[in-house]
Amino acid sequence: MSDVAIRVDGVGKQYRLGGARERYSTLGDQIRKWTSLRAILTRRRRTRDENHPPFWALKDVSFAVKRGEVLGIIGRNGAGKSTLLKILSRITEPTEGAIDIHGRVGSLLEVGTGFHPELTGRENVYLNGAILGMRRSEIVRQFDEIVAFAEVEKFIDTPVKHYSSGMYTRLAFAVAAHIETEILIVDEVLAVGDVQFQKKCLGKMGDVAKGGRTVLFVSHNMGIIQTLCQSGIVLSRGSVGYQGNIAGAVARYHAEMIRPSEVTFPRRLSPELSVAEFTMFPQSFQLGSPANLTLAVTSPTGVVIDHLSVLIYDAVGTRVSLVDLRADSGPYVLNAGDTLRFNVRLDPIQLVEGTYSIGLFLRAGFTGGDFLSLNEFEITAPQSITTQYGARGYVALTCDFDAETVSALNA
Amino acid sequence: MSLAEVVRPEVTRIRASGGWRALNLAELWRYRELLYFLTLRDIKLRYKQTALGVAWAVIQPLATMAVFAVFFGKLGNLPSDGQPYALFVLVGLLPWQLFSYALTQSSNSLVAEQRLITKVYFPRLIVPVASVLAGLVDFVVALVLVMVGLAVFQVVPSFAILALPLFVLLAILTALAIGLWLSALNVQYRDIRYTLPFLTQFLLFLSPVAYPASMIPEQYRIFYGLNPMSGVIEGTRWAILSTAEPDWGLMAVSTVVVTVLLAGGLYYFKRMEKTFADVV
Repeated sequence: MSDVAIRVDGVGKQYRLGGARERYSTLGDQIRKWTSLRAILTRRRRTRDENHPPFWALKDVSFAVKRGEVLGIIGRNGAGKSTLLKILSRITEPTEGAIDIHGRVGSLLEVGTGFHPELTGRENVYLNGAILGMRRSEIVRQFDEIVAFAEVEKFIDTPVKHYSSGMYTRLAFAVAAHIETEILIVDEVLAVGDVQFQKKCLGKMGDVAKGGRTVLFVSHNMGIIQTLCQSGIVLSRGSVGYQGNIAGAVARYHAEMIRPSEVTFPRRLSPELSVAEFTMFPQSFQLGSPANLTLAVTSPTGVVIDHLSVLIYDAVGTRVSLVDLRADSGPYVLNAGDTLRFNVRLDPIQLVEGTYSIGLFLRAGFTGGDFLSLNEFEITAPQSITTQYGARGYVALTCDFDAETVSALNA
Repeated sequence: MSLAEVVRPEVTRIRASGGWRALNLAELWRYRELLYFLTLRDIKLRYKQTALGVAWAVIQPLATMAVFAVFFGKLGNLPSDGQPYALFVLVGLLPWQLFSYALTQSSNSLVAEQRLITKVYFPRLIVPVASVLAGLVDFVVALVLVMVGLAVFQVVPSFAILALPLFVLLAILTALAIGLWLSALNVQYRDIRYTLPFLTQFLLFLSPVAYPASMIPEQYRIFYGLNPMSGVIEGTRWAILSTAEPDWGLMAVSTVVVTVLLAGGLYYFKRMEKTFADVV
């Protein structure tokens, strides 16, 4: 038995933009291209079609994972993480290259796959377990544990359509968390349920990671990745940009994040308002550093802005702060074509490490409400912090303290 | 969580496959529990949140029988191989409804399960097979209805009824054979969904449900057998009603057609399988 659990060798995956990737086509679209029945049935001979240039989602990816290693796979959106996971889970085939996996594989690309609202909790546990590749005997043996973990004992024979969304996701995660394969492939499925349950999920994932199993873990949350993984791979534009220990991988990832983000502006919020620019600079910085926020809004029609605030959300969607940008002098009046520009200097930010998204709250003319996820930024933890991610709450308070041991002898 | 026991390391090799993936029976067998749970789910969901529940499995053939008996039997005066026309139609509907339900469900199955297909690996063949098997529940109910019909018209089946399971199997295989083709095509071309109602209706009139195959002139009977359901329905009538022995030439043609369709369907399905997750 070799000590390599997964060996990936020169793997590439090609999609045809607008071809294989389009959702589906109708026969009518094809009639123009009918050359033979065979071509329609197998969608062949379209490789050289100029309208559908090939696109390599992954190219020449090679790495090996040792038995018992917990490997984090990180990268920006569109770097090929999901494609890699899909290939490793055998959902889709690579276009080239080879992979050898030694051991039973369980893959969690989503929690609750195959859950049906009309079925009861019990029925869904069995169905979902079977879908995830668990044997019936495994499910029977762990059934009580799964139900207890999900905290839905009382409702286990109720159709899940009557569940609250919290109960639903808890049950779904609980099934997934009890997969006992030697190799586990996990996509960002952790952020489910309330804060209490998230902690439980993280704890469970921590147990899995320490349990001697081989785990491939994909997440955008550097905090979680750093806590759970020993080594990491950074994917950038479909190839391996870094492979090594997790600290190096995270550093590399942050270096990539500083590059201008793929978020595109201007973004139209309403017919009367667009965001021309909305960026935190730097986009990735260490906890306790100051940062700058640039915001520019334009109005093609002209508008009076009564209220404008920046909203900051954490990765699970909890609002952590609001920065009020109203002026003391009254509303901002924009004539048609005017741009209103802000340069906001934020004092040292004491939010714990993680990815945050920024949005706007607006009340202006006919435009009103929250406009979320317009851009994001990232806060990293200094090396000195050793407390587990998830245990640190939202805010890092700075303090000074004295400690004194009062000896019982002198009392 | 207990540690995963390392029993016998399985090795999974992932390669780009040219052409098609061979049918992996050992793997299918390993996933038999998933087939069981998916079939069970389809059965449980079949009549969920209907007021009449499983009574629908009785109402459907009964209502169709009534319409046929009035329009084709009474007004059209179609022959019925010497049996009461209503019973004749009821028995013909038995395999027909199994077939049309199984065909419709399996053809739409891959598209209906796109969430599963894009998120989890398992042999995709399980999906259409499970939806075909789920049709057996309605069949059992309809079979009871046929028995009631036999009692009402005081018809006693002969030993030929022992051949019934054979024709049921043939009906299922026919539905699966066409279902494999259509479900795989449906992934790429959603036109299939709209073609299906026409196809089943068309086949209904091409099959000896409302009339006996003996109405077809002798010299065309072999071609008539190209529709596998004509063999299935004729055989079922013979098995249950002990009508005159079916035309064995026609039966042979039907069986061969099913075999060819099924082999072709399996080949095409396996060939397209690897693209399902990317295209669906």
